[in-house]
Amino acid sequence: MKKIGYILSFILIGCGATAFAQEPARAEKVNSCVSCHLEMGDELAVPVEGMKEDVHAQQGLSCADCHGGDPTAGLDGDMEAAKNPAKGFVGKPERTAIPQFCARCHSDPNYMRRFNPRAATDQLSAYKTSVHGQLLQKGDTKVAVCTDCHGVHGIRNAKDARSSVYPLNIPATCGRCHADAEYMKDYSIPTDQIEQYQTSVHGKALLEKGDQAAPACNDCHGNHGATPPGAPTIAFICGQCHLNNSELFFASPHRAAFDEMGLPECETCHGNHGIQHPTDSMLGAGPESICTDCHEEGSPGWLTAAAMREQIENLKSQIFVADSLVAKAERAGMEVSEAKFQLHDADDALIKSRTMVHSLSEERITEVTSEGMKLAESALTAGRAALAELQFRRKGLAISIIFILILAAGLYLKIKEVDQKHPIRSAQRGE
Amino acid sequence: MRTSLSPEKDKTAQRSGRGLAAWLRERYDLSALEYFIKKKEVPLHRHSIWYYFGGITLFFFMIQVATGILLLLYYRPTAEAAFESVQFIMTEVRFGWLIRSIHSWSANLMIAAAFVHLFSVFFLKAYRKPRELTWVSGVFLLFLSLGFGFSGYLLPWNELAFFATKVGTEIVAVVPLIGGFLLKFLRGGEDVTGATLTRFFGFHVAVLPMISTVLLLFHLWAVQKQGMSVPLKLEKDGAPYKTMPFFPNFLLRDLLGWILALGALAAIAALFPWELGVKADPFAPAPAGIKPEWYFVFMFQTLKFIPAKVLGLDGEMLGVLAFGLIGALLVLVPFLDRKGQIGESSKILGVLGIVSLVYIIIMTIVSYVVPQTF
Amino acid sequence: MNSAQNQAQEQPTLPRRKFVNLLLGGGLLTTIGSIFVPIINFIIPPKIQEAVQNSVVAAKVGELPLNSGKIFRFGVKPGILIHTQNDEYVAFSAICTHLDCTVQYRSDFKHIWCACHNGHFDLTGKNIAGPPPRPLESYKVDIRNEDIVVTREG
Repeated sequence: MKKIGYILSFILIGCGATAFAQEPARAEKVNSCVSCHLEMGDELAVPVEGMKEDVHAQQGLSCADCHGGDPTAGLDGDMEAAKNPAKGFVGKPERTAIPQFCARCHSDPNYMRRFNPRAATDQLSAYKTSVHGQLLQKGDTKVAVCTDCHGVHGIRNAKDARSSVYPLNIPATCGRCHADAEYMKDYSIPTDQIEQYQTSVHGKALLEKGDQAAPACNDCHGNHGATPPGAPTIAFICGQCHLNNSELFFASPHRAAFDEMGLPECETCHGNHGIQHPTDSMLGAGPESICTDCHEEGSPGWLTAAAMREQIENLKSQIFVADSLVAKAERAGMEVSEAKFQLHDADDALIKSRTMVHSLSEERITEVTSEGMKLAESALTAGRAALAELQFRRKGLAISIIFILILAAGLYLKIKEVDQKHPIRSAQRGE
Repeated sequence: MRTSLSPEKDKTAQRSGRGLAAWLRERYDLSALEYFIKKKEVPLHRHSIWYYFGGITLFFFMIQVATGILLLLYYRPTAEAAFESVQFIMTEVRFGWLIRSIHSWSANLMIAAAFVHLFSVFFLKAYRKPRELTWVSGVFLLFLSLGFGFSGYLLPWNELAFFATKVGTEIVAVVPLIGGFLLKFLRGGEDVTGATLTRFFGFHVAVLPMISTVLLLFHLWAVQKQGMSVPLKLEKDGAPYKTMPFFPNFLLRDLLGWILALGALAAIAALFPWELGVKADPFAPAPAGIKPEWYFVFMFQTLKFIPAKVLGLDGEMLGVLAFGLIGALLVLVPFLDRKGQIGESSKILGVLGIVSLVYIIIMTIVSYVVPQTF
Repeated sequence: MNSAQNQAQEQPTLPRRKFVNLLLGGGLLTTIGSIFVPIINFIIPPKIQEAVQNSVVAAKVGELPLNSGKIFRFGVKPGILIHTQNDEYVAFSAICTHLDCTVQYRSDFKHIWCACHNGHFDLTGKNIAGPPPRPLESYKVDIRNEDIVVTREG
């Protein structure tokens, strides 16, 4: 009891609600907000029902901690006493006031620290920089405020899988507005992002495999400060996860060229919401090549693209040849573990060479592919040796069959000889 | 040493000459054996060729014993390691591929030779008095060989073997009254699992070899004791026929047969190395083309052709019982052939034999031509 | 007449018999050879002694300095053995759970790193950064005399 009272008194002080310094234990037990709202039922009871699993209620907070007023008053039916503005009652905040409303606590590091020493308190300032926040400041109330994403009564911690802002649920939460063409019609931005995202490599990883290493909307756009990333910074954003690729890209000639032309870095080749697993055919001079969108045939960039593709294709076909040869030898029952081990490393080099494409340097990619080629060739040699060994086995068996035939011939002649010595008799069994 | 011998024995020793034979004769009384070898004659006629197939079956059996013992050095009878150990034998162990391939091929050739032996003895009516028990032991030896084949097929624990065993053991479940027990007994549980593998291994390397050895010794002893049977017709004619000394003429011919069989085995093993297959996954759906070993397919094919219900009874059960009955009749052939007992040829049995042979061949061909769905 | 006939029969018979015996003896010896050479070879224990290779000698004691790692071959797949700064040995499958690249120990990071896409794993094999979706499979490490033996569990 004492402990709860202690915490509650902190809460009350923290909220700046010192005006009603009640006996905390009583405040906890007797809450006229709850009793009256439950009694009135229907939509007026909804907030009370919702609060049961709310993270705030679980931390010991109650109605008055956000809405003000006096829950100890009004037990006798005096609603006015409980909702006395003099006791800080604010009721239901205006939509435009919601960010400030939540921020009374959430932007106060001293207060938040009590619940979670690592709690962020920059949500409001981030929100103000977001497209949502800026439009809200201009009086547009259609944009998202805190409660649109987090819920109102019944807010759950973002780490709770049932929360609307749990990573797996974020695309649907954002999609509630952003995929609604009717709702979004005033904003002249597309509404197919969620649909595209669901087909993307990231969307499939997150939504189908539940792989939380895959980004949801907020991982690229930010959450409270949600905004489309600017063109020259995309590689930083993708580089959060795709570090090697972004580093190579920054050192490549593409960076300066893209920035100069205002092209959105990674997105130029890979797309954004509907980003698919990249294929080798995206590179080079073929019909599916992206390089040829900018690089004219015969230009140095075109030549480099074609050369890089050739390197990768050469390595791929070398690995394929070695792999099928080794597999053939294995099926025949030959020992090929060393070759398979080398092929594993050759595959490694192939994967590295695909990363190395982002350097856009033929020289650097050749460095990696030539290492892979060496490994694949050595595996191929081992596979050939194994198959040669198989032929050798057959030859060995052929030789032993010759021995057997010699023996058979000898036996045959011996039989002839023996037949002369021990002649076949003519006999009659009188049975 | 000689001085201590009595004059008579000394004479015997002198007569017996030098070398190993003499050394043995000096110590053991081999006169009965020598007499037997000297006296034994093999009848010569146009059906003499069939005399060789028993010997060839025996030769393949000996190869099975030798290669089987070698495989035991590395094989592991558990679901986790069986496949890997066979793979290990084929890749890591020197000449393991050869030993394994020989064991697999020799098993098939042995059963083929046994079938030829059975039918030749049947058609030549060599089971007549006094050779009834030779026949009975021979038929049981064939059944045991089929048991060897069935249990051995599972041991590499590959996909095909796993599902063939599953289908094969399922069939015993339809036997009335004891079917459920038989199924559990064979599988070591409700389903084909690692327990089945261990059980089949036990059958394959201990139970079956033990029974086979006893039966085989009797079979061989009886053949040597009673000599070769002469075809009925030749015997009835009373006309003189030629004979050949067993030793060395026939024995050398037998050896030539063995050597040629060995050559054929080596050639087949080299040209068509026995495959390892894919490791069995009990939870994977049965792959297409599951088939038992070729010597069982005529029975499987028959069971598939029997309608689900015959006169209100389960068709498959009737089929299984019918095969059981045929097996029992096969054992009893010498006692059923009344005419054979009095030295006459039974037309009915001859026709039955030909019908069965044709039936087996046709059903086997059908099963390889018609697409399979077990 | 009779003796002449005998003579005529025996004259070609002697070299013929020699030839037959040579053929028979040679054939027998070589056949026996080709039967027993495989059998004896089969009996000699192979290089890898067990069918299911559940453990392997990854390194010798003292081979790895503190804060270093080594890739070893475990069957056909690579494993990684690490001598940590705290003088402990840990071993994992060296196959990155992202795209099967071979990981390596980075003494500067003091943890495992995959060069392909910058995946990081801590010294319990857990994926701590980058694209790898799962931890590395961990192996048991035992020291047997001078050998560091790595065993696959389960």
